[in-house]
Amino acid sequence: MRKYVPKDSVQKKAYYTDRFHVVPSTPREDVSTDEVFAKHLETLSAKVEVKSARIELGSMVVEINHKDNYKAVEILRDECGYAQLTEMSAVDYLAKDGNFEVFYQLLNLKEAKRMRLVMRIEQGLAVESVVPLFKSANFAEREMFDMFGIVSNNHPLMKRIIMPDDWEGHPLLKTYPLQGDEFASWYEVDKIFGKDAREAIGPENRDPSRIDRYDTKRFSRVGYEVPFGADISEGETKTEIEYSKTFLVDYTKGSGKQLDKRK
Amino acid sequence: MAQHQVNYASAGGLPVALTTVDHLVNWGRSNSLWPLTYGLACCAIEMMAAGASRYDFDRFGTIFRASPRQSDVMILAGTLSKKHSEFARRLYDQMTEPKWVISMGSCANTGGMFNTYATVQGVDRIIPVDIYLPGCAPRPETLQYALMMLQKKIRRESANMKNNTKQNLRLI
Repeated sequence: MRKYVPKDSVQKKAYYTDRFHVVPSTPREDVSTDEVFAKHLETLSAKVEVKSARIELGSMVVEINHKDNYKAVEILRDECGYAQLTEMSAVDYLAKDGNFEVFYQLLNLKEAKRMRLVMRIEQGLAVESVVPLFKSANFAEREMFDMFGIVSNNHPLMKRIIMPDDWEGHPLLKTYPLQGDEFASWYEVDKIFGKDAREAIGPENRDPSRIDRYDTKRFSRVGYEVPFGADISEGETKTEIEYSKTFLVDYTKGSGKQLDKRK
Repeated sequence: MAQHQVNYASAGGLPVALTTVDHLVNWGRSNSLWPLTYGLACCAIEMMAAGASRYDFDRFGTIFRASPRQSDVMILAGTLSKKHSEFARRLYDQMTEPKWVISMGSCANTGGMFNTYATVQGVDRIIPVDIYLPGCAPRPETLQYALMMLQKKIRRESANMKNNTKQNLRLI
């Protein structure tokens, strides 16, 4: 089983400890190198404060203040031709920067351009929902709430989408343990049988290679076979392995036929 | 004209009545195991293949039923997520006695490769399991073999389910 390491400071530590590792980076270009993007950025920055803008891997990345998100998406949709919201979610930078990055991935089909609108938001603050502009934001914002706990204001149905409604915690946070917290590990037991059944059922076995030396109901040792469920706490005796002799052929006797051709 | 003579008295006496009833009931039960049509993940594809014409579950008297009320066997085929666990348990509770469970595939047995917060680590945490079927995913032949093992198990059991130890384990 892979060793579990606490993930609290995972963002602050270097991911690789190899001394020859070079952190990969993508080249960033100025927006003025692309005419179409430059025009879109000009339209946007006339009405909304743009904190930074660049072109990365062929798509424009624009950072704005989180309070302007609805206005910015509206301008990009109506005036710049970004007719599709293909993806939106958040990235957890709480340990590194103390905030989330919420991003909107937009697609302009007429000019074949993609852009990403990003904004930083502190934990506990809500964003304005863009569902009135893009229907696809409905499920995406619910997922963002489910996975990160970022609430969208004026959303038609702000509830969890993937995890159960009575779930505690937001699993895509970096601080959320991969194998679940106390609540998660007892969820199905608590829900079906009640908390009293915890003792009878026992904790989850998280080690897939676990072997119980003295459990003769589920495990056996080759050469030390004992009856099902026998008590072997005081050791077991070795039994010789017996092979079936049905299909064994004794070649030493020369009983086989030999063809004349091969003599 | 019969060539052999039937004489119970000379052949070791009449058969014991209780064993015969057991045998008859278990013969009926084991040869008409109706599983619930219930697939959870990719193992369900193999289960469907096992039910289709090439592997032909029908020759064991195994016909998939669409209602838990008509089913004897629940084949848990695939990853059971924690969100779904209560519904799996509810379906199991809706099945009429006697009922058996086959846990199909690594995910259903132990959680498999989904060693995460959202997957039930072995369906035996919520449902008593009769046969654990390893594999990822098990081939249809393996499911057939598991079913034949279940038939063997049923034939060994007492027809009166109250005499079986599993009945007592079910009360958790």
